[in-house]
Amino acid sequence: MIIKQISVFLENKPGTLAEVLSVLDRHNINLRAMSVADTADFGILRLVVNEPDIVEQALKGASLAVKTTPVLAMKVSDKPGGLLAEVKKLTAAGINIEYVYAFAAPAADEARVVLKVDDLDAAEKILNDKADGGEGPNFYW
Amino acid sequence: MFWNKPIETMNRAELSAVQSTRLRDTIDRVYRQVPFFRSRMQAAGLLPEDIASLEDLARLPFTTKQDMRDNYPYGLFAVPLAEIVRIHASSGTTGKPTVVGYTKRDIGIWSEVMARTLTAAGANRQSFIQVAYGYGLFTGGLGVHYGAELVGASVIPVSSGNTARQIMLMKDFGTTLLACTPSYALYIAETLAEMGLEPKDLSLRAGVFGAEPWSERMRKEIEARLSIKAIDIYGLSEIIGPGVASECGCQDGLHINEDHFYPEIINPQTGQTLPDGEKGELVLTTITKEGMPMIRYRTRDLTVLTHKQCDCGRTLVRMGKVLGRSDDMLIIRGVNVFPSQVETVLLGLGETSPHYQLIVDREDNLDKLTVLVEVTEAMFSDEVRRLETLEHKIEAALGSVLGVTAQVRLVGPKSIERSEGKAKRVIDNRKL
Ligand SMILES: [Zn+2]
Repeated sequence: MIIKQISVFLENKPGTLAEVLSVLDRHNINLRAMSVADTADFGILRLVVNEPDIVEQALKGASLAVKTTPVLAMKVSDKPGGLLAEVKKLTAAGINIEYVYAFAAPAADEARVVLKVDDLDAAEKILNDKADGGEGPNFYW
Repeated sequence: MFWNKPIETMNRAELSAVQSTRLRDTIDRVYRQVPFFRSRMQAAGLLPEDIASLEDLARLPFTTKQDMRDNYPYGLFAVPLAEIVRIHASSGTTGKPTVVGYTKRDIGIWSEVMARTLTAAGANRQSFIQVAYGYGLFTGGLGVHYGAELVGASVIPVSSGNTARQIMLMKDFGTTLLACTPSYALYIAETLAEMGLEPKDLSLRAGVFGAEPWSERMRKEIEARLSIKAIDIYGLSEIIGPGVASECGCQDGLHINEDHFYPEIINPQTGQTLPDGEKGELVLTTITKEGMPMIRYRTRDLTVLTHKQCDCGRTLVRMGKVLGRSDDMLIIRGVNVFPSQVETVLLGLGETSPHYQLIVDREDNLDKLTVLVEVTEAMFSDEVRRLETLEHKIEAALGSVLGVTAQVRLVGPKSIERSEGKAKRVIDNRKL
């Protein structure tokens, strides 16, 4: 399913990550997934949270550069080759994966990953992983 | 529109005669009243009568900010202290401030030249002028204030700071003209957008911006974001404060109020006077001031003069937009670099913010220039690659304009210190 990911610009200096996290903490926000991409100069913090709109506003209010990006959240079976099987499907369809990172996994037999791909809708169809009734926001929990 | 049409459009011969008389009178007064100027002239072997014409002015020695510090606080005053009705001071970057004193007549002159400035920017009795320059020892606030009152406009003396309140007052009071530093004008524009307001929610038509150098690009940005005409004004407390020179509606150079302040352009290295059109340091001589006259004061501001007739009808000489200061000019690996060039590059790229800071370090005996650029919402991307591409694009553009390699570092929004007066553009860590 397609979900909203929040990206935050992190300046390369001590305390920036802590600053972002304390904003989330003040608003009582729980992180579902997170990754940091960084270079020598700066980093980009990518977050998946329960209430992306509230978080986006809170971060903007703290004078941070913020962008929301649609990404794919996907369940994979938590066993060797589980992710590979799904990735192969996308690769076969010519879909380019820009990055991937994992959720803080809740269930015993399932892992969850976040995928940024170039053709989001096509990828979603291939993985046949549309949000169904019961899964809406609860997916995160 | 003119405030004082006879003076502002006076023909050159007549104006020169006025200047010449006033110069002789000034030299005569400072020689008699100010020991500092008298001993300087004596050291140069000059008597007041040796300065018979405007051409003779070049024979006199320069006055510098250091001379003002050495004569702190009242040493350069040319009248008994009882005649002084106002004292201003500019914060010195090192040590004591520089002090200036005004007689009642000086305040009148100041109001007059500021009235010319504001009228040229479109102000009249119907205007609401919001003064967001600081009030106090700094000359910006009170200088504009007195001129605005002389024009007969309604003055809103907010002083600087508290931007949200500035905007509220602008909206509620129907401010038509804003006076502040250009960097603060841009900050107001940003805050306006953050508050969800648009220029059409205000009645603002023009702004008079000065006290720091700014580029044409920055003007365009301010004009677009506030939907106003942005007028450059020039002045310095050592001469009188704002009102020394200002743009007319043509926005093509600032008319110097040369019936009060006589300008020269010199080569900052040799001190030699330069002709029209040649870039150099502006030197000013006050020819009417009583409290604290200044003889050939070195402003450190770099510009050019032109005596070509302006389309507005004014005959007063024009100075170009200040191109930087001869003392904040950085020499990096032997190349002269002005912060304003960086600003021009950033605004020229379109997608970057004009908030920047130059940091100069010396590593292994080699100068290293780093330019911090704030990331804006618009330029921020979720992809590392795109941000790196942007950094490289800025570096390439800076390299070709500055002639030295600059390393660009993206920093968070609003992380570069903005004082509500002047922006800190340069940090030079070199121990030279
Ligand atoms: Zn003109």
